[in-house]
Amino acid sequence: MNSNNTPSSSAGGPGSAAADSTAPPTTRNSKRPKYSRFTQQELPACKPILTPKWVISAFMLVTVIFIPIGVASLFASHDVVEIIDRYETDCIPEDSRKDKIAYIQSSGDKTCNRILNVTKHMKHPIYVYYQLDNYYQNHRRYVKSRSDQQLRDRDSENDTSACKPEDKTANGSTIVPCGLIAWSLFNDSYSFSRNNQNLSVNKHGISWKSDRDHKFGKDVFPKNFQSGGLIGGKHLNESIPLSEQEDLIVWMRTAALPTFRKLYGKIEVDLVAGDVINVTLQNNYNTYSFNGKKKLVLSTTSWLGGKNDFLGIAYLTVGGLCFFLAMVFTIIYLVKPRRLGDPSYLSWNRNPGGH
Amino acid sequence: MARGRIRAKLRRSNLYTFACLRPTTQETEGPHQFQGPGYSRMVYCNQPHVHEKKPLRYRSNYISTTKYNIVTFLPKAIFEQFRRVANLYFLLAAILSLTPVAPFSAVSMIAPLAFVVGLSMAKEALEDWRRFMQDMKVNLRKTSVHKGDGVFGYRSWRKLRVGDIVKVEKDKFFPADILLLSSSYEDGICYVETMNLDGETNLKVKRALEATLAFDEDLSFKDFTATIRCEDPNPNLYTFVGNLEYDRQVYPLDPSQILLRDSKLRNTAYVYGVVIFTGHDSKVMQNATKSPSKRSKIEKQMDKIIYILFTLLVLISLISSIGFAIKVKYQLPNWWYLQAPDSQNFYNPLRPELSGTFHLVTALILYGYLIPISLYVSIEVVKVLQALFINKDINMYDEETGTPAQARTSNLNEELGQVDTILSDKTGTLTCNQMDFLKCSIAGTSYGKKASDVEVAAAKQMAMDLEGPDPELANVVTPKNHTTLPWETNGQELRASEIELEAVITSKDETDRKPAIKGFSFEDDHLMDGNWLKEPNTDFILLFFRILSLCHTAIPELNEETGTFTYEAESPDEGAFLVAAREFGFEFCKRTQSSVFVRERYPSFDKPVEREFKVLNLLDFTSKRKRMSVILRDENGHILLLCKGADSIIFDRLSKNGKMFIESTTKHLNEYGEVGLRTLALAYRKLDEAEYTAWNEEFCKAKTSIGGDREGMLERVSDMMERELILVGATAVEDKLQKGVPQCIDKLAQAGLKLWVLTGDKMETAINIGFACSLLRQGMKQICIAANADSLAQDPKKAVKDSISMQIANASQMIKLEKDPHAAFALIIDGKSLTYALEDDMKYQFLNLAVDCASVICCRVSPKQKALVTRLVKEGTGKTTLAIGDGANDVGMIQEADIGVGISGVEGMQAVMASDFSIAQFRFLERLLVIHGHWCYKRIAQMICYFFYKNIAFGLTLFYFEAFTGFSGQSVYDDWYMILFNVVLTSLPVISLGVFEQDVSSEVCLQFPALYQQGPKNLFFDWYRIFGWMGNGLYTSLIIFFLNVIIFYDQAFRAGGQTADMSAVGTTMFTCIIWAVNCQIALTMSHFTWIQHFLVWGSVVTWYVFLFIYGEMSPVFSGNAYKILVEALAPAPIYWSTTLIVTVACNLPYLTHIAFQRCFNPMDHHVIQEIKYYGKDVEDRHMWRRERSKARQKTKIGFTARVDARIRQLKGKLQKKYSTLGGRSTLASS
Repeated sequence: MNSNNTPSSSAGGPGSAAADSTAPPTTRNSKRPKYSRFTQQELPACKPILTPKWVISAFMLVTVIFIPIGVASLFASHDVVEIIDRYETDCIPEDSRKDKIAYIQSSGDKTCNRILNVTKHMKHPIYVYYQLDNYYQNHRRYVKSRSDQQLRDRDSENDTSACKPEDKTANGSTIVPCGLIAWSLFNDSYSFSRNNQNLSVNKHGISWKSDRDHKFGKDVFPKNFQSGGLIGGKHLNESIPLSEQEDLIVWMRTAALPTFRKLYGKIEVDLVAGDVINVTLQNNYNTYSFNGKKKLVLSTTSWLGGKNDFLGIAYLTVGGLCFFLAMVFTIIYLVKPRRLGDPSYLSWNRNPGGH
Repeated sequence: MARGRIRAKLRRSNLYTFACLRPTTQETEGPHQFQGPGYSRMVYCNQPHVHEKKPLRYRSNYISTTKYNIVTFLPKAIFEQFRRVANLYFLLAAILSLTPVAPFSAVSMIAPLAFVVGLSMAKEALEDWRRFMQDMKVNLRKTSVHKGDGVFGYRSWRKLRVGDIVKVEKDKFFPADILLLSSSYEDGICYVETMNLDGETNLKVKRALEATLAFDEDLSFKDFTATIRCEDPNPNLYTFVGNLEYDRQVYPLDPSQILLRDSKLRNTAYVYGVVIFTGHDSKVMQNATKSPSKRSKIEKQMDKIIYILFTLLVLISLISSIGFAIKVKYQLPNWWYLQAPDSQNFYNPLRPELSGTFHLVTALILYGYLIPISLYVSIEVVKVLQALFINKDINMYDEETGTPAQARTSNLNEELGQVDTILSDKTGTLTCNQMDFLKCSIAGTSYGKKASDVEVAAAKQMAMDLEGPDPELANVVTPKNHTTLPWETNGQELRASEIELEAVITSKDETDRKPAIKGFSFEDDHLMDGNWLKEPNTDFILLFFRILSLCHTAIPELNEETGTFTYEAESPDEGAFLVAAREFGFEFCKRTQSSVFVRERYPSFDKPVEREFKVLNLLDFTSKRKRMSVILRDENGHILLLCKGADSIIFDRLSKNGKMFIESTTKHLNEYGEVGLRTLALAYRKLDEAEYTAWNEEFCKAKTSIGGDREGMLERVSDMMERELILVGATAVEDKLQKGVPQCIDKLAQAGLKLWVLTGDKMETAINIGFACSLLRQGMKQICIAANADSLAQDPKKAVKDSISMQIANASQMIKLEKDPHAAFALIIDGKSLTYALEDDMKYQFLNLAVDCASVICCRVSPKQKALVTRLVKEGTGKTTLAIGDGANDVGMIQEADIGVGISGVEGMQAVMASDFSIAQFRFLERLLVIHGHWCYKRIAQMICYFFYKNIAFGLTLFYFEAFTGFSGQSVYDDWYMILFNVVLTSLPVISLGVFEQDVSSEVCLQFPALYQQGPKNLFFDWYRIFGWMGNGLYTSLIIFFLNVIIFYDQAFRAGGQTADMSAVGTTMFTCIIWAVNCQIALTMSHFTWIQHFLVWGSVVTWYVFLFIYGEMSPVFSGNAYKILVEALAPAPIYWSTTLIVTVACNLPYLTHIAFQRCFNPMDHHVIQEIKYYGKDVEDRHMWRRERSKARQKTKIGFTARVDARIRQLKGKLQKKYSTLGGRSTLASS
């Protein structure tokens, strides 16, 4: 108790000695930090260190996992049969090709016939996509131009603040669905026939179920849609609620990239190799202003989705790289091993006096 | 205390101050003549009510050191927060996010900002609250105040007013600056301890005016009135100018009547006084400087990184807005589906520059993710937790004083790991300011077996070193079994001395358990318990004891409980002598005006005899004379002169036959000096009556002479007498070092730290302590720079300066020419020379010299000089400095240094209040720096690097994506993802890295002090590393973005044929980011407790949980993320496989890098980790010990260095003998 640090050499004297002893020991000890492994930073810990064994096994592990996945992905991708038909130029009569925009903006029949050759057996369901290029569905102005409230709820019909300039008609009545996305709804249409037999395209179930059930109202009907002077795209049947307008629902899911495919429908019969499919399409949608391509895609899917070699290649590459690294480290380990914990590698041993 | 006793004391109180022997102050001087500005203060004593109205209304005695109050808190604290550039940027961004240019919703900008700023402000508020509580504790202290009619009552300090009469009792602090009126002593003196003000521990005497001496009772103040006219409040502690008008008389006042706030009344029962300055007007408060807010080097460097990121941010924003403008101008008109232009000109092809400008703002907000908003707050949280660990460290808790270590500011933790130079105070920091009588040499025989702390520490070190045979030394020493070469005995000698020292250590340990006598650690049976009578030279021993007990100016105080005497001495060593004399049987028990009474256990030890010695004269100690003498007449009528003083002075004054023991005594003195003991030589002289009478006449003449030369005359006369002395012996007193100081200094030196000692003490004392701390050692070349004033020169100032300049130049030259790699230099400089050396034209020269020296000791330095030296080192070397001290005189230095450490546990709080860290003892510094500093540095460095990495990785993906959206500023992620990214999803792992990471355990830190150098060398936060991490971030962002984009390019991403929309791609990408950065941090960590595991993997899990819950919420909230996990992503294998490959690909380069690094170029901590991991330290103890001893930095100070030097010396000797032996021994040793 008797503190060594009493400043003067007075050796206390009765006064200070008394003061010392009156201080209850408990108050002194109360400042004592309580011992716990946490506060003393002594919690049990695992301290993994990267020994060559670990490094090599880690790389090998990655190799072992990635190569099979890569191979499986490539196989899956190879199983997918895809027919792509680019038609935006071909579907314009030769004489109109000089001014495609004028053609597309003119009224009149824009029917176009295309022939697709099936080279490989395609199991149903065969998905029909349209693919647009150079189309900025992800543009900020575009993405924002919609009203989710209005789409979902009949009562929020007038909630169109985000939809400008496609929020109201010229006479001030609300457009449902409002906004640029809906307004520019894709309006090419396709019909397929094989050997003069019509191939029906199932347009149900092409959108997310949650969208149909919760985002697009069953009691919300299109109103004043495409009624203004400027027509963007497809007209909607005003008697069908939005929740059943699946083309719209798919379109409203804006794509991430300027090149995108969207589901048009499903063909629910198998196509056999050698089949010739006639497509009658209505080439209505204007991609000519911005030199956008239009493609019609028929594709089957695997467990991985559509045709996608990249994933498999990526897996194989990374797996291969890891294998290579594992080999490199093995060679290093064999040729020039560093004994782990070899003190000669400590800085003071490596360059003596070099501090 | 009994009233009677005080009275008894009072009767001889005149003697206490030795008023009879010392010249009294000039009483003839008239009242001060002053007026005008600066001297306007009027104080009406005992009429405090007068001071209630202007213009006499002065500040109250309430003090406040808080930064804010309730009203100013919000504006001030908010202002403080937004002084940080990053925060200001985020504030602007948040404001702009309310406008339509914002790329995302306002809430996603405001919420994180509010969170971050709110947290910082809460911390501020808490700290200020603590300060407030501390103030209140002071403000609510009670003091006794005159309440009228002679009645005194207690009142709290804050209610004290100017003009109040207060009564302060013993050991209480003065509540304000007070004019002393009277004290419990008749002559109105009182003793004051000014520890809190200037750090000096000796007591100061204050003296009341004669005129007010009568007021020494409560009742006498009934009708007392007086007026004080004095200077205005100012910060000068040592000046005071004022007049007291009392009873139509004017008396001048000077500083010796002023009792300053925060000093303490000692050894005086009570004093009465008038309050003159209150609260913030008081001198101590005027002196309080705002402690500068310090920022660590890492934080400053971090600012630079933030500027780099800002530049990057502006750059990509510019790219993006130019790209946008081009797109708007040339392509937007074709994009009919966007219906440009819009009404707000955001997308106006006709005015692309305007749209581009708007977009710049959007982009600046969007890419704000490059700058981690949560960085500051995370660092703050981490630092607070680190500080908590420092506070809670049980190994830095001092049992004796009951004080734990305390990190008073948390923003310098990592700086602790980068310290290069330590500037230390001496008294109270290195030493306890307690002297222990340890050894003595009487008549040529040395007594005292106990080893000093230094010897013990050095012996331990030596024992440890030799335990594992040093390979080189072994070559020389080991071949002793088969030969009997003459030099072989040396090796045995070494062993023998080692064993001896071991014995010393053990004996020390035993005695520690005995109740120690303060000031006395002497141990030798030859002298104790009356055994000295059996020794030869008994006469000299008797004289020796008599000198100890008689030659002093102390006052005995009887401890009534124990019946022993304690002594009130001028200096602690004098006290130690008296205690020693008491223990030897010569108990000084009484002092009267003319006599000293000693209770001697002589001639028989059992029966004490009280003897009276008449004091005839007392020749005082001054720093110039370096000696003191008393002339006294013993009971037999013999007149004796007893003298003690510095050995060099005494040796010069010995008579021819008084030099009998001079040789052996010198040898002993050297030995004592080497182990850091403070030595004094004792001598005596017998005088015959006639000689004395003649001299005494002259002496009296000199004493009563009037005029300026009285001092000089006295000195000359004294000098005449102090000649022809006979040497008796020498004493060795240990200036008690604080516990563990030599060990700590040794470790710090091994860690590569430099230690400078800055002390107000005399050069001799400082050098002693230098030896005691092993900062100096025999064989070290001491460069003493002193100002030898050549008063004959025309321009003395210039002459001195030139001489110092010369000395510095010579010394530098000497160091340059030195060839021996082991040569060590020590620079010792005194305050006066320092004044010149610190002048602008010389300071760098001085600094260069100082840096070349192994140790630097500055003595007699003023507090200001301490600060200046600190600044010189800090700015001159550009390295991190740490100042450590305990007293108010260290405050300047503590505030000036990069890190200030205060020694708490002693009473003075000034140093602690000014410090950034406080520890109870110097020895805790080792742990604070080597463990906490090292860890904190690494933690913060890694944490900041990682922070930038993750935000670059995340922020750049936004940029890439934007490029794919026609630079429109669309983000691929949901707003909520982005809010949570910094605040929730990635913040906790990084905090756990910052708080819990340990590269090596604390024991290893201590065992390998060299690891500390990673900090000062800044290996973990150099630009190479920072850019490495940034590059890693860039790589990660590229991988994440492009792999995702290519994988989700256009085809269906699941068996159901659906293609991926923006939210699916964004969510997958975000999942990849979360995985990648969290795996990255797991790779970075080398220490996993359950907390790290929990937080890292918990963050990943949290992301999925969040996504699930968010998806389950109504689409009103979740929008496109509605059911995204459950319906769209989770069933798609591609989602999971993308996550896997991206995560692995992102971390592959880093993993390869660290694997290669470990393989080819392992760092020290890597190797040590491996040694520990494989338990090699247990298997191969020899190697472990060898490495530990090698891990020391090459150092020239500390006792390890001293031992090394000694071994070298020994080896040198051996080598010499060896070479003379010729070829035969060459064979033997090979």
